[in-house]
Amino acid sequence: MLAQLTSGERQLSIVVLILMAMVGLAMAAAGRGDPIGVHGFIVVVASVAMIFVMLSGLYAPEPSAERLDHYYDDPSKVGVILTMIWAMVGMFFGVWVASLLAWPDLTFDAAWASFGRLRPVHTSGVIFGFGGNALIATSFHVLQRTSRARLPDQFSPWFVLLGYNLFCVLAATGYFMGVTQSKEYAEPEWYADIWLVIVWVVYFAIYIRTLARRKEPHIYVANWYYMAFILVVAILHIVNNLAVPVSFGHAKSYSAFSGVQDAMTQWWYGHNAVAFFLTSGFLGMMYYYLPKRAGRPIYSYRLSIISFWGITFMYMWAGSHHLHYTALPEWVQTLGMTFSLVLLVPSWASAGNALATLNGAWHKVRDDATLRFMMAAAVFYGLTTFEGSFMAIRPVNALSHYTDWTVGHVHAGALGWVALITFGSIYCLVPALWKRERMYSAKLIEVHFWLAISGTVIYVFAMWNSGILQGLMWRTYNENGTLTYSFIESMVAMHPYYIARAFGGLLFLLGAITGSYNILMTIRGHSQAALQPSDDAPQRNLAPVAQPAE
Amino acid sequence: MPEFHRKIERSAIGFVLAIVVVASIGGFVEIAPLFTIDDTVENAPDMRVYTPLEQAGRDIYMREGCYACHSQMIRTLRDEVERYGPYSLAVESKYDHPMLWGSKRTGPDLARIGGKYSDAWQVAHLINPRAVVPESIMPKFGWLRDNPLRIDDLGEHLTALRDVGVPYTDDMIANATQDALGQTAPDGDFAAGVTKRYGEATQVRAFDGNPATVTEMDALVAYLQILGHLTGAAQAGVAVQPEAAQ
Repeated sequence: MLAQLTSGERQLSIVVLILMAMVGLAMAAAGRGDPIGVHGFIVVVASVAMIFVMLSGLYAPEPSAERLDHYYDDPSKVGVILTMIWAMVGMFFGVWVASLLAWPDLTFDAAWASFGRLRPVHTSGVIFGFGGNALIATSFHVLQRTSRARLPDQFSPWFVLLGYNLFCVLAATGYFMGVTQSKEYAEPEWYADIWLVIVWVVYFAIYIRTLARRKEPHIYVANWYYMAFILVVAILHIVNNLAVPVSFGHAKSYSAFSGVQDAMTQWWYGHNAVAFFLTSGFLGMMYYYLPKRAGRPIYSYRLSIISFWGITFMYMWAGSHHLHYTALPEWVQTLGMTFSLVLLVPSWASAGNALATLNGAWHKVRDDATLRFMMAAAVFYGLTTFEGSFMAIRPVNALSHYTDWTVGHVHAGALGWVALITFGSIYCLVPALWKRERMYSAKLIEVHFWLAISGTVIYVFAMWNSGILQGLMWRTYNENGTLTYSFIESMVAMHPYYIARAFGGLLFLLGAITGSYNILMTIRGHSQAALQPSDDAPQRNLAPVAQPAE
Repeated sequence: MPEFHRKIERSAIGFVLAIVVVASIGGFVEIAPLFTIDDTVENAPDMRVYTPLEQAGRDIYMREGCYACHSQMIRTLRDEVERYGPYSLAVESKYDHPMLWGSKRTGPDLARIGGKYSDAWQVAHLINPRAVVPESIMPKFGWLRDNPLRIDDLGEHLTALRDVGVPYTDDMIANATQDALGQTAPDGDFAAGVTKRYGEATQVRAFDGNPATVTEMDALVAYLQILGHLTGAAQAGVAVQPEAAQ
């Protein structure tokens, strides 16, 4: 893969890596005795290792200009592999923490292995590790095809992909050491946050530079979603993570906001991490791979527009439904509830658009588990967004909030929507990237599909039961007018559901392992370059289509 | 609409700007006023800041991810008020950077846990929850009792907190380390400084039962025991809101 880089790009890589190693060294020196020192050490080791890799190929011959006649897919290939590794890591920790709730002593007697430190390893592992890598890998692939243009250079995609994974590693290793801001889904500390901003700016630049070189006059709908994902996640990330570090030698920082303002900012972030990380980006995936696989055009352009702008506008108002009946002023709660309800319209417009696209291709859904993954994802997307709007209604939220119902809702979305659309897309992407006729085994895709579906259904049903039971037990009064159940009684009642949930999660993990094996065997199979469709190449020799001034 | 949209989707920069504008409106309308509307946070003249030891305990609470299972926000609902105490006011987390309202109650709410159990109970429970509550699924935190608390940098912590708006005085910052020592050793030389700076009601005792060293257990228990007691505003008799009594 190094041979594809020009000598200028190889030199640039080495310069950047040396800079990173120096920053790492400074962190290690300033943070002796503090976790930030360990992180500095990790940065140094990672940078130096990459420097050696680069040096080994520094004097390789210049790549031929012929490469410009092809899309640049090497970063997507590595991205897919990283996606599956993080899927297995993140889901393994998910099964572990789920088991801890049923059997609390199923761990080591050590600080790093307690529930509170393992849980963010699970959440960040699946959201950022698995989801983020899937978004980066697919976005590079989709961006080039829909723009009919090659990525602008061969350094920045690697910087984004590997830099992003460095962020994920800093996050996960930090949790083991107790480094956390304690803001849910924004746990990494200040230095990791700054690093992510740098990576993200380069990611955005790749998008804009490729779009500027596009040979299609229109920007395809998948790219609207990927762009919304990149832009809004940047806004959310920067605002919610504003903090003052204790010193440059401390991992610890204190959030700029406190109390009620911090709560609102956090859930404005938290809910829109769901919206723009876990929804927008994956809708981008769906809008490309689903019609492609089904061989049908998107059902309605008009619905695409309505759903895109509806989601982009309205989600940002909905975060306050996480704070019903709290010390947050009621007018904000009411706004949040209202927009959450209206949000059902663009959400179902997207889900409906996807399902209607399958009209005329339902026989393919029956026979092709890859397409069925994407169909099921659209169904779960519809169900979860309906449930979300429902749970945002204040009196419903009075029951559901603080209970496992929320956890079940999140997983209906994360497993049923995010993971299923990702697996479906990856099963399209892997044969295309490695130029294979098809995946190694269609049967294993089928096995994966049913493991994933049954795991999700068991998980979600367990959490519906436990959540609603919990909510009801907390508010049950006896005839004397006093509370019937102690808290511990409600907790004991959760035990069977916690076992069922861990089992559902285990099935889902087994599915991910099956998928990873299938992908590995596909990669190891014989390349059949002749199978590459002749139109799968950038339009570099054509004169650019006339475009209106930008 | 499709005709208009066909135009804007031909311009990458235009599309980017449109996304940023459209997505920013909600946050501006909902968040900015919270900083400017005065009655968002109640006035509570008796509200005090955390002592260095309590703040260190709060940092341990975050480090161990306690917030993942315990909320600190009693909602304005009858059953919650009866189970946990008066509903939480915004002012009570005014000095919480960040807030720890939480989103999940795998364990009970802790907003008013302070003073409900003895120090000895808290220590025994943290060391092995199932020794005290057999059905508990809480992790064990025995090592907190063995880990000495890092106190040499508490002044820096307080300085950072002052930078984000917590009214620590120069005196508090200069004596942060001593105050942490003093709060765990009631018979020591530094105990008087703690009550002088943080008020007579400040709890000064060997929280983990051992006055000789300041451990992470001291800090965490000191924090747990102050929860709900930084101000008396909530107890001062604000009635349950009518809608909550339904």
